[in-house]
Amino acid sequence: MPPQRTWEHFSHQADIGIRGTGATLSEAFEQAACALTAVITDPDGVRATRAVEIRCEARDPELLLVDWLNAIVYEMAVQHLLFSRFEVRTDGHRLNGCAWGEAIDIPRHQPAVEVKGATLTELKVAQDDGGRWIAQCIVDV
Amino acid sequence: MDLSRLERVANNEWRINPVGAMRVPGIIYADADLIRGMDDKVYEQITNVATLPGIIKASYAMPDAHWGYGFPIGGVAAFDAALGGVVSAGGVGFDISCGVRSLTTGLTRSDIETHKDSLADALFAAIPAGLGSTGTIRLNDRGMQAMLTGGARWAVSQGYGYQDDLQYIEEYGCMAGALAEEVSQQAKRRQRDEMGTLGSGNHYLEVQHVIEIYDRNAARAFALHKNDIVVSIHCGSRGLGHQIGTEFLKSMAIAAHQYGIELPDRELACAPINSPLGESYLGAMRAGINCALANRQILTHLARRAFERILPRAELSVLYDVSHNTCKQEEHVVEGKPMRLFVHRKGATRALGPGHADLPEAFRESGQPVLIGGSMGTASYILAGLPQSEQRCFASACHGAGRAMSRRKASKQWHGRQVIDDLSARGILIRSHSYRGVAEEAPGAYKDVDAVVDAAENAGLARKVVKLAPVICVKG
Repeated sequence: MPPQRTWEHFSHQADIGIRGTGATLSEAFEQAACALTAVITDPDGVRATRAVEIRCEARDPELLLVDWLNAIVYEMAVQHLLFSRFEVRTDGHRLNGCAWGEAIDIPRHQPAVEVKGATLTELKVAQDDGGRWIAQCIVDV
Repeated sequence: MDLSRLERVANNEWRINPVGAMRVPGIIYADADLIRGMDDKVYEQITNVATLPGIIKASYAMPDAHWGYGFPIGGVAAFDAALGGVVSAGGVGFDISCGVRSLTTGLTRSDIETHKDSLADALFAAIPAGLGSTGTIRLNDRGMQAMLTGGARWAVSQGYGYQDDLQYIEEYGCMAGALAEEVSQQAKRRQRDEMGTLGSGNHYLEVQHVIEIYDRNAARAFALHKNDIVVSIHCGSRGLGHQIGTEFLKSMAIAAHQYGIELPDRELACAPINSPLGESYLGAMRAGINCALANRQILTHLARRAFERILPRAELSVLYDVSHNTCKQEEHVVEGKPMRLFVHRKGATRALGPGHADLPEAFRESGQPVLIGGSMGTASYILAGLPQSEQRCFASACHGAGRAMSRRKASKQWHGRQVIDDLSARGILIRSHSYRGVAEEAPGAYKDVDAVVDAAENAGLARKVVKLAPVICVKG
């Protein structure tokens, strides 16, 4: 059964805000990655057939989020892939992750825009009052 | 933005007096309406930039200023290295040296009318555009090194265009001081399949026609007449530039503290110009500029080939090539003293006035062409630098209209197919691989470029020369 969608976009004038939420930090990071894909194309239209391992390390969870997203951007760019499923194991400093996806098919995926990179703008990784994790930032398109 | 927070200084010039940690005032060049339409975040970013060490004169915002990363988009700030001045990756942006190149064609509107569809198709087939598109040029390590060092000059040496093209490009097509070794392997890898590609989002290749002339002398100097067909290319340094921006934004944010820089906002990541990190960034950023110049040179070559197939008598000549995301070392006179400054223009265009030594002979009298892109359904403009540009904000002007609404809202409001049909009914042909991409770029999603350009002129930044309307637009 596909994981429940708990990502969203939020408005930014020139670019786009992505936000993932989850019961755990790892889940919030996974959902943020789905939100990243959704900037480009509908994640439901991307088959999860190829896996790419991603590892990052950063001094704090916020910089880690930026690293995670930028690693995905990099893999998309150099391997010409789109991703729709993500698995993350992180303690907020080290991240072991996997992204599943397929080769970009322009007529089928109709990619709307390329993500240039994740920024430090509106960057937040924190728990809300209910203890739910939020991971968000603006991505430059 | 609340006008009562600003002090009106002159026609379309507003001042934010220094408070708190601000070392210089903020200056916004815009009319009252444009300012009211600006986000409060712009105010915050202008004032944050004003706190940075070594900043000279003021933290400037152009008429099209909007919320950016640390620096507002449409922001200009110059720094003196001798005073501990900084260089900021956010002050340049992710798309290093994104800019516009315009070419005259020798054709008129009526020449292309019966060929419009085939020309649109030929350009769409020839220009790799959109995410997932790849260029046909693959550079090995030596080629990558040569491209990053030589820019458009390298491209011409490889057979993409002519020597004559180079004099009508900023820096004569080659940015000095580029250090290819400061560009990471990842950035080079990311560029591998992207040489000669247009990119996506607000990038385009547009066939336009001149619909109005405001300054006959300058139009003559630019070889522009009413109804002339012009080709404009808007794009930047592709994956290489984006990767450089990504990497240095992070390393500067982390290192700021050890350089003793108090960042009011982490996005304002910067490093002293005179520091290993600052010098590394400058070397990499200049290589990024060369990548953008080479890219627009290759795209020019591809556009020429497409025209050759459909309208063989067309002669595409470079009018000018400007970049609006850079940090350049320039000489400026400040309070009577010549100073070498590092001028950040983030979503702002250099606008040299008449007589400037860095201008090619053809533009010494008129001033530099300043190419302002509109949206794909509205107008674009070509302006010329004014003599007083220099005293205003280091000879800078706006770069385009800026978005009026977010991509999210635009894609909810418009349907790509409908936008294409509506524009087609008005005689404008759009070619794109993505309907959603078109919806996000719908004309209504952008601010009024007329208002931005008028404000720039009224503020003495640059003057209108011609207005262009789109005929064909190839979008990423």
